[in-house]
Amino acid sequence: MIKKEMIAMLLAGGQGSRLGVLTTSMAKPAVPFGGRYRIIDFPLSNCINSGIDTVGVLTQYQPLRLNTHIGIGIPWDLDRNIGGVTVLPPFERNINTDWYTGTANAIYQNIEYMESFNPDYVLILSGDHIYKMDYEVMLDFHKKKKASVTIAVMPVPMEEASRFGIVVADEDKRITEFQEKPKDPRSNLASMGIYIFSWKTLREALIANADQPNLDFGKHVIPYCHEKKRKIFAYEFNSYWKDVGTLHSYWEANMELVDIVPEFNLYEEYWKIYTKSQAIPPTYVGNEAYIERTIVGERTGIYGKVFGSVLGCDVIVGEGTEIRDSIIMNGVRIGKGCLVEKAIVAEDVEIGDNVRLGMGDEAENDTRPDIYNHGLVTIGEKSIIPDGVSVGKNPVVSGRFTTADFPDGILPSGSTLIRGGEKR
Amino acid sequence: MRAIGMVLAGGNSRRIKELTKNRAVAALPIAGNYRSIDFALSSMTNSHVQNVAVFTQYNARSLTEHLSSSKWWDFGRKQGGLTIFTPSITDDNNLWFRGTADAMHQNLAFLKNSHEPYVIIASGDGVYKLDYAKVLEYHIEKQADITVVVHDMPEGFPADRYGCVKMDQKNRIIEFEQKPIVAPSNTVSCGIYIIRRRHLIELIEKCAEEDRHDFVSDIIVRYRDIKAIYGYKLDTYWSNIASLEDYYRTNMDFLKRDVRYFFMMDHPIVYTKVDDLPPAKINSGSNIKNSLIASGSIINGAVEDSLVFKKTFVGNNCYIKNSIILNDVYIADNTHIENCIVESHSTIRSNYYHKCEQGVDVISETGDRFLM
Repeated sequence: MIKKEMIAMLLAGGQGSRLGVLTTSMAKPAVPFGGRYRIIDFPLSNCINSGIDTVGVLTQYQPLRLNTHIGIGIPWDLDRNIGGVTVLPPFERNINTDWYTGTANAIYQNIEYMESFNPDYVLILSGDHIYKMDYEVMLDFHKKKKASVTIAVMPVPMEEASRFGIVVADEDKRITEFQEKPKDPRSNLASMGIYIFSWKTLREALIANADQPNLDFGKHVIPYCHEKKRKIFAYEFNSYWKDVGTLHSYWEANMELVDIVPEFNLYEEYWKIYTKSQAIPPTYVGNEAYIERTIVGERTGIYGKVFGSVLGCDVIVGEGTEIRDSIIMNGVRIGKGCLVEKAIVAEDVEIGDNVRLGMGDEAENDTRPDIYNHGLVTIGEKSIIPDGVSVGKNPVVSGRFTTADFPDGILPSGSTLIRGGEKR
Repeated sequence: MRAIGMVLAGGNSRRIKELTKNRAVAALPIAGNYRSIDFALSSMTNSHVQNVAVFTQYNARSLTEHLSSSKWWDFGRKQGGLTIFTPSITDDNNLWFRGTADAMHQNLAFLKNSHEPYVIIASGDGVYKLDYAKVLEYHIEKQADITVVVHDMPEGFPADRYGCVKMDQKNRIIEFEQKPIVAPSNTVSCGIYIIRRRHLIELIEKCAEEDRHDFVSDIIVRYRDIKAIYGYKLDTYWSNIASLEDYYRTNMDFLKRDVRYFFMMDHPIVYTKVDDLPPAKINSGSNIKNSLIASGSIINGAVEDSLVFKKTFVGNNCYIKNSIILNDVYIADNTHIENCIVESHSTIRSNYYHKCEQGVDVISETGDRFLM
């Protein structure tokens, strides 16, 4: 009989709507990060580096990019005879067909998948955080404490604790109380959304709560286990962990990578991050180029100047162009004589010659100031920006445009210019 | 594809000096991320050759490491795929490969057990892209016994390193001279051959009976008058790594836009082992001009007209010019390197100065490494 001590279930079905146009056509875990990676590479690499070779990836929102990225798991050595990576989309059944209505509901709908590996423990992960973590150490903790559930937590500044799901633990690290976004937090340990369940506990809790609408781990399953007096422990994690849920935090996390010795170090040999790479050849730097504080993916050609930026693979930066504090994703072509400041340019965007991005005064975004802020210029994937236009701060641009779409060649700060949804 | 592939990667070359002390010619690093064998293997896979054998012998370690998985060239197949043959002691043989024909003879079972009608033989030290399917088409059309892929060299090339051929108007090879003192023409053999599999088995067996071991001199040259041997002109980029100068020049060629685009951008591209390295990092104080920077590198100094291979660290205030820095090199601060090749895994101490005045020097230094 097939037997795996611990399997992982990776929740990758969420849209991540606070990333705006970056997640129009892909789920948040598929969003590129750090030049050549995608967000999901971090939990997947953590799995294989922790010795977990069986991972179910639950997809729902815009799964194409995730599916092609994961494939049969070759980049992570998750192509296995038994186990390996399996993409698990919602599916139709005889009765009660439903989408994944909540995090725990998605796991519940895949009980059969988990059962087929006869696991002792199940690790629940979400596909939207940047961190390196040895889940095996967490499992050792779980075993040592004879826990039913172990929740990974990290200390946050007390004044920010009210933004998180907070756990209160005794000296033995056993959790005594949960506080969801509390007004007066009694602890500063925030839940990271990473759980190890003993299989029996998880199975029982999922089946008992199966009829709960929008079944969620934080809201229903964990409180249920707590109520049933299961042993729930807090595993403290004290290393780099970043939620890249908003455009600004996403931009910040990328910018931190260009520090001399970044807090999140990708250059460590013993904990590699794996990804599917389309390109392997080196990057070419031209005669007129100048680069400073920048990380660059493969097969990129830099003929202009780049300062403090993160560049993906297959990017071209034309002569006389200057890029500052920006994220330029895979396959972006930037023409000559451009000036790009504080921009997030998604994959395969084409920017013409003499284009200016991030110019002028600050102005609040006219449609979604909650998403597009901090002066960032956001360009959705496959957009075309014609020659000579000037774009202000806090705008969002997505679609294929010509000069006619830019009156006087200007897009003022705070504008929203989205053209999409056309049938192909 | 109606052919199997054989890559001859066993050779050693003393002309490449230090660089082949620890590695086979086929494992020489090229253009930042490739090894020389990648070009033959990629051409095989891009021509849909599905069953490929690689023959290795000298210094096979780094080559075998490079071929540790056949995934990268899409040879991870159930049917066919990539097989590596090294000399092995058997009941009827306890010798090394005494030559290319002997290598094939010692592994004749591979040839006999295949069912494809043709064999493509390629050397592991050429830098090129070639659709072997086109060569095969040509071979059939010419009703050739053997087709040799040839390339026109520029005037004044050193003929004594190549097999020089002379063809008639129908491209039949009428002269074939190995490493001549004076070249009869500027057309050279690329070391790529197509031949019918059964015919090859016959020739190899005959060779072995006569105690001859070399495919080129004992088959091609010896039979050139009685067999229909035709030349197929490869008119795109081709370079053979036969000397240190060749090696340096070939790498430097990748700084040229057309060569770079040809191999790296234009479909189909050349594949190589994936190393899962982080992006290249370029810090303040660096100044890079006309150079190739491979992934996993961290640059703090000036790099001009050079190639920086994978996982290399260049310290503050360094000046690197016209040089090739191979994989996993650590260059400490205030170093000046000009017209050199720095061997893999070298550690260059700070304030080091080396400028080669004529030709190119190979630097190989070991020392303690102070990690950041």
